[in-house]
Amino acid sequence: MGLWQSDPVNYSVLVEVQLRPGIADPQGSTIERSLSTLGFDGIGGVRVGKSVRFDLEADDEAAARRQVDDLCERFLTNPVIEDAVVTIEAG
Amino acid sequence: MAQVGVVQFPGTNCELDAVEAVRHLGGSATLLWHGDADLGGVDAVIVPGGFAHGDYLRPGAIARFSPVMAAVVDFAERGGPVVGICNGFQVLTEAGLLPGALQKNRDLKFLCTTTELEITSTDSVLTRRLAVGDRLRIPINHFEGNYTCAPETLADLQAHDRIVVRYVDNPNGSVADIAGICNEGRNVVGLMPHPERACHRLLGSQDGRSSWARCSTARSAPPSEIRVEDAQVAREMPASLSTAAGTPASRHAA
Repeated sequence: MGLWQSDPVNYSVLVEVQLRPGIADPQGSTIERSLSTLGFDGIGGVRVGKSVRFDLEADDEAAARRQVDDLCERFLTNPVIEDAVVTIEAG
Repeated sequence: MAQVGVVQFPGTNCELDAVEAVRHLGGSATLLWHGDADLGGVDAVIVPGGFAHGDYLRPGAIARFSPVMAAVVDFAERGGPVVGICNGFQVLTEAGLLPGALQKNRDLKFLCTTTELEITSTDSVLTRRLAVGDRLRIPINHFEGNYTCAPETLADLQAHDRIVVRYVDNPNGSVADIAGICNEGRNVVGLMPHPERACHRLLGSQDGRSSWARCSTARSAPPSEIRVEDAQVAREMPASLSTAAGTPASRHAA
């Protein structure tokens, strides 16, 4: 560890994987159709995704984001049909 | 006799069907464990159906990182014949050997039925000895079989005759009724239907044999063709079992 380097920081990471806009989401459509039968009106645009949480050690937030973006591209999403929204918080 | 390697991941469940189909047709088949980085010198590879690694995250997402897949990718890039069936098709798309992705079925139903397929290209390792327009009855068994891809990918598949088999009556919402495609080299084929489950009249259809039996090596591949058409005739089940009155089920009922 050099004089000017700080200790690695722990980050909490939330990756929300969603079907890309324009990709049909039959689960979302089914949920949306069900809502009116329960009396919930005025709800539209339902999309179903999945979330992945993990902790990550990195030198700074930019480094953490680079790692997570790479992880999403290569593993957590299928870029043909999915996008990821990444939220990173220190601590 | 050419040797066919059938890949087995934890959660694969059609590997023995594939082995049996190859053997029934007179070929020789061996299982390839997912943790092995070596294909053992096989002449062709089948990635069979099932739920590799539990389909966790996405079908094929984890399987593509198994050591055996690096060997399969290398084999495919050298022109070796590779056929992915159902979950195997999903694995091949995740591994980047075939374009596109398999989504949940349009109607959110797990589909387990027999479909009618039409051969749309004979320029692939699986269909090269069939005729365009041939119709086959082959079972499907999937929840995520709805093929999709970017519009430019679809245009490319169509322009280069890479859609090898289509559904006559699209069961799952696949774009352009796609049931199976091949790669640019035409030595890698992925399809959702299960030809290995249609290799014997006791299974309700033998149409899988007509594609399966022609799972011969691509023109660019090592020259070890899998010749099975002749041998399969000799291995037909005994005549006493082949009539309706003589099937094990009816004898049991009697």
